[in-house]
Amino acid sequence: MGTGRLRASMERPGRAAAPSAPSTGEPAPEEPDGRGQEPLRRRANSTSVSAAGTSAEGARRDRPSSYSSAAAASRQRLESLRKKRPLFPWFGLDIGGTLVKLVYFEPKDITAEEEEAEVESLKSIRKYLTSNVAYGSTGIRDVHLELKDLTLCGRKGNLHFIRFPTHDMPAFIQMGRDKNFSSLHTVFCATGGGAYKFEQDFLTIGDLQLRKLDELDCLINGILYIDSVGFNGRSQCYYFENPADPESQKLPFDLKNPYPLLLVNIGSGVSILAVYSKNNYKRVTGTSLGGGTFFGLCCLLTGCTTFEEALDMASRGDSTKVDKLVRDIYGGDYERFGLPGWTVASSFGNMMSKEKREAASKEDLARATLITITNNIGSIARMCALNENINQVVFVGNFLRINTIAMRLLAYALDYWSKGQLKALFSEHEGYFGAVGALLELLKIP
Amino acid sequence: MAECGASGGGSSGDGLDKSITLPPDEIFRNLENAKRFAIDIGGSLTKLAYYSTVQHKVARVRSFDHAGQDAERDRESPYEISVQEEVTPRLHFIKFENSYIEACLDFVRDHLVNTETKVIHATGGGAYKFKDLIEQKLGLRVAKEDVMTCLIKGCNFVLKNIPHEAFAYQKDADPEFRFQTNHPHIFPYLLVNIGSGVSIVKVETEDRFEWIGGSSIGGGTFWGLGALLTRTQKFDELLHLAARGQHANVDMLVQDIYGGAHQTLGLSGNLIASSFGKSATTDQEFFPEDMAKSLLHMISNDIGQLACFYARLHGLDRVYFGGFFIRGHPVTMRTITYSISFFSKGEVQALFLRHEGYLGAIGAFLKGAEQDNPDQYSWGENYAGSSGLMSSAPELGPAQGTLKGGTFDLLEMDRLERPLVSLPLLLDPASYVPDTVDLTDDALARKYWLGCFEDALDGVVKRAVASQPGAADAAERAEKFRHKYWDKLQTLRLQPFAYGTLTVRSLLDTREHCLNEFNFPDPYSQVKQKENGVALRCFRQVVQALDALAWEERQLALVRGLLAGNVFDWGAKAVSDVLESDPQFGFEEAKRKLEERPWLVDSYDTWLQRLKGPPHKCALIFADNSGVDVILGVFPFVRELLSRGTEVILACNSGPALNDVTYGESLLVAEHIAAMDPVIHSALGEERLLLMQTGSSSPCLDLSRLDERLAVLVQERGADLVVIEGMGRAVHTNYGAALRCESLKLAVLKNPWLATRLGGRLFSVIFKFEAPAQ
Repeated sequence: MGTGRLRASMERPGRAAAPSAPSTGEPAPEEPDGRGQEPLRRRANSTSVSAAGTSAEGARRDRPSSYSSAAAASRQRLESLRKKRPLFPWFGLDIGGTLVKLVYFEPKDITAEEEEAEVESLKSIRKYLTSNVAYGSTGIRDVHLELKDLTLCGRKGNLHFIRFPTHDMPAFIQMGRDKNFSSLHTVFCATGGGAYKFEQDFLTIGDLQLRKLDELDCLINGILYIDSVGFNGRSQCYYFENPADPESQKLPFDLKNPYPLLLVNIGSGVSILAVYSKNNYKRVTGTSLGGGTFFGLCCLLTGCTTFEEALDMASRGDSTKVDKLVRDIYGGDYERFGLPGWTVASSFGNMMSKEKREAASKEDLARATLITITNNIGSIARMCALNENINQVVFVGNFLRINTIAMRLLAYALDYWSKGQLKALFSEHEGYFGAVGALLELLKIP
Repeated sequence: MAECGASGGGSSGDGLDKSITLPPDEIFRNLENAKRFAIDIGGSLTKLAYYSTVQHKVARVRSFDHAGQDAERDRESPYEISVQEEVTPRLHFIKFENSYIEACLDFVRDHLVNTETKVIHATGGGAYKFKDLIEQKLGLRVAKEDVMTCLIKGCNFVLKNIPHEAFAYQKDADPEFRFQTNHPHIFPYLLVNIGSGVSIVKVETEDRFEWIGGSSIGGGTFWGLGALLTRTQKFDELLHLAARGQHANVDMLVQDIYGGAHQTLGLSGNLIASSFGKSATTDQEFFPEDMAKSLLHMISNDIGQLACFYARLHGLDRVYFGGFFIRGHPVTMRTITYSISFFSKGEVQALFLRHEGYLGAIGAFLKGAEQDNPDQYSWGENYAGSSGLMSSAPELGPAQGTLKGGTFDLLEMDRLERPLVSLPLLLDPASYVPDTVDLTDDALARKYWLGCFEDALDGVVKRAVASQPGAADAAERAEKFRHKYWDKLQTLRLQPFAYGTLTVRSLLDTREHCLNEFNFPDPYSQVKQKENGVALRCFRQVVQALDALAWEERQLALVRGLLAGNVFDWGAKAVSDVLESDPQFGFEEAKRKLEERPWLVDSYDTWLQRLKGPPHKCALIFADNSGVDVILGVFPFVRELLSRGTEVILACNSGPALNDVTYGESLLVAEHIAAMDPVIHSALGEERLLLMQTGSSSPCLDLSRLDERLAVLVQERGADLVVIEGMGRAVHTNYGAALRCESLKLAVLKNPWLATRLGGRLFSVIFKFEAPAQ
């Protein structure tokens, strides 16, 4: 595999890696006369998944005859079928609004015989992905998240977590074509909106049949699976012990009784699911004010170019210069309503004043944007938890990546406004669960 | 969060404008009697409230002193009329831009006579900022009142006292405002106040409300963030920008992620997946319009979602929105309405208030006026003195009360003599709509009736002048009246929704309010006096003729008498023409004018059948005109009911309207009839015939706003028949009113346009007898 070509094709200078997750945000109305339906309630439906599975499998079976693949491929396929596991490579793909998340299982128990039989393109993919930590200028392997010595479908190996911006999807598909991925007869299991948006491109450009998977099923399966295997001996799930304390410790949380669970997935937008069991969940609501809003507004307000930069600015800013607090209006607490003086009364409220606009720094604006979006998500999550009578809330999604400020604020806000009734939980692999779920679907293929 | 618009933000740089000149009789009226001041200072607008009294001439009728010598005059007139001065309490509310506050305070101090006032009750974020100015200018001590308490008090007040206060907003509909019938029980409701932040308050009773939630993403976020993003400083300008923008250039839509709609979740492709999701790039410039629009959607959707959560959590379906973010702005009303309907799947409707901007001032005033017990009275919006709701569509701009250099909006509320309640016999008070035709809806009818009232104006002016022969300034006042009413009609042509749903009733009421404003309390008093005199002289003869008839013939004759009496109506132009030209036009001739049976609407046979059955327990009759109508039409009918063993409550207007018989007149007329007729005499004595007042001064009838004592009596006596007579009460209003008892609605159509519209002709008869509605 020509890594040089991939690098060249993926190079798009000045692009930002933004947070996303395999979710669309709340279908917020576009035009007041738009006739959108909001699908607030929906039960997991396993039949739709298996139906999709059937058609994909059919496609897979039809494949070999039409390509002049080597006898080696045919041998490998026979062996795989015998062991009831799919052909390598094993990928799970989650194409979100902003980021593509790719998980790749690297088998470490390859026998000499297997290695010999391994076609060149497969080998080069493995080498390329596992020997690099960055792909082009925008693809990144989150090495710290790698899960080692995992046993999947009887194979031992490492699970790698890779992300790149969705706007580089065309380059990714082009690479697949250039490298003749289709000859590997692998199935691409993909979830997220991009599985639909890019399906045709995969087929016509890359000659690859995507197996589209329900993103919410993938998300939940991914979370449950990753939690069950832990994080290289450590706990996957964690919480903040004393959220009111800014120095509070991140502590492991044993999610042994996961249900019921409110799952808040913060990608470009936000989806909120109430999960009652592995197969019983519903999408409660969502909001269009998500990670994409934070980063988008930060770009407009500060001229920053990356999510990391936006967060760095936010970490150095002071939102109280931008927001109007209760104490700015009442001089202290608003006792009539039991509102403490530090409560934000109006996000960006101070910016109504020209003088204060001029006095606010870019860092202050970035911080206020982060606080505004985070508080709002916390508030909607709290309302959902109340409505659904659920008290553990798991926040996932790439908005939370390296975003301790948001996590601590969510933990604090949930604890404070629920008077200690609600617990905010987080997960180490925050944005990758959809992709993991997609990979798991691949492994279900007999 | 509570409204705190007066951050000193956008308005602080404006400076105070002292150059304004205020015409005293137009803006701060009745200051000389003013007491109990309150002020609400928001981010850009100040609302001043005060209680004052208005001295009005009222026409009173009373019996002649029996020792009087003038027998000649006694035969001509059954009673005498005197014009007296009466003082009625009125609440004044004036809304103006903060930049005029100094000029306005100076004006108020210069015109203030009453020195008892020591305190001004103040609310709103700016109350603190302007405290010193107010104390220094007015010499009154500022007593600060809690913002939210004032808001809720004000909200309760308008919901109770102003019909058509609440409306739903429908974009692109004509009219865009859909007014709501006031619910007889206003509690519980949710108030979502969108000031700089958002407060969500659940209101359970007059005194109990609870802050149940809020959000920091509100009007201040739109304004502050909008100013940062677009370099546009003013709130209104930001809304203008937003109205022109395309948010899809900035927002990431479902179709941007999925390539189309999301099938399994059923999400349409053009829904917003991530607000500002497309702006996460440095490659592209974005238009201020598009960003403003995206911001507007983001904030409106967020608030709508939150409001739906709370509405659902607390099981409330009445959700009112207020605060400066909303305040009559079509752009925000539209996005909020959409958001609420979207998130509640149509279960919750966003409601807005006509006088939303005044709630704080009304509440602060009420807080300060508790010793006057304003809550124990009913109040009515004075159409003559109130600006009404103006469309503030960005392209139109504020239209009303524009003086040289400033915009003033007024609201005046009159204290009504007595508390008003719903008629207990209404089938469903919550869905009762008095008016038959909604002129806001029906453009054709609106055009006709506005023209009709314009055409009739000359005659009304003439009559007004004629009614006060001794007054030197009558002609001048009548001209002022003409201008005032003409202006109102022109306003209503442009903004039919200005005072709620436009109806024939509201046009008539507005005319009465304008006449009163210029001290023409009862232009028809002499006409009515004369007609009553003439009719009383005929009474004995009419009754004798009726008594000579066989039972069945008599029933028809009584009904024809009722109808013929109804032809005498100075309110209808066709009739006033005939009456003006031929004063001798008599009862008999009126009968001849009547359409022969079958009438246009004719359930007389059913009525006759019903009369053959057991007598009604008690009949409630709403009378119409003075003179022939009440004396030769209604009283003989009453007499027959009494003879059948039916008790009768005869309800007449409390105050004058056109030639309608007033309660005062009905007492004198009944006294005269009782002197001639033993049936009436004994019934009055034994309280089988009761004369009551309706609490109204309108030629029409709103059964949801009736004198409480009348309602109580109706219940006590177990009324099982309601008779509503006349075009104003039985056709313009109540034609479709559903009652829990039998009802008889009868009228003669004296308006050719209306008659044609109903499929009849001039003097067609409506006789509608109905069984209790289910």
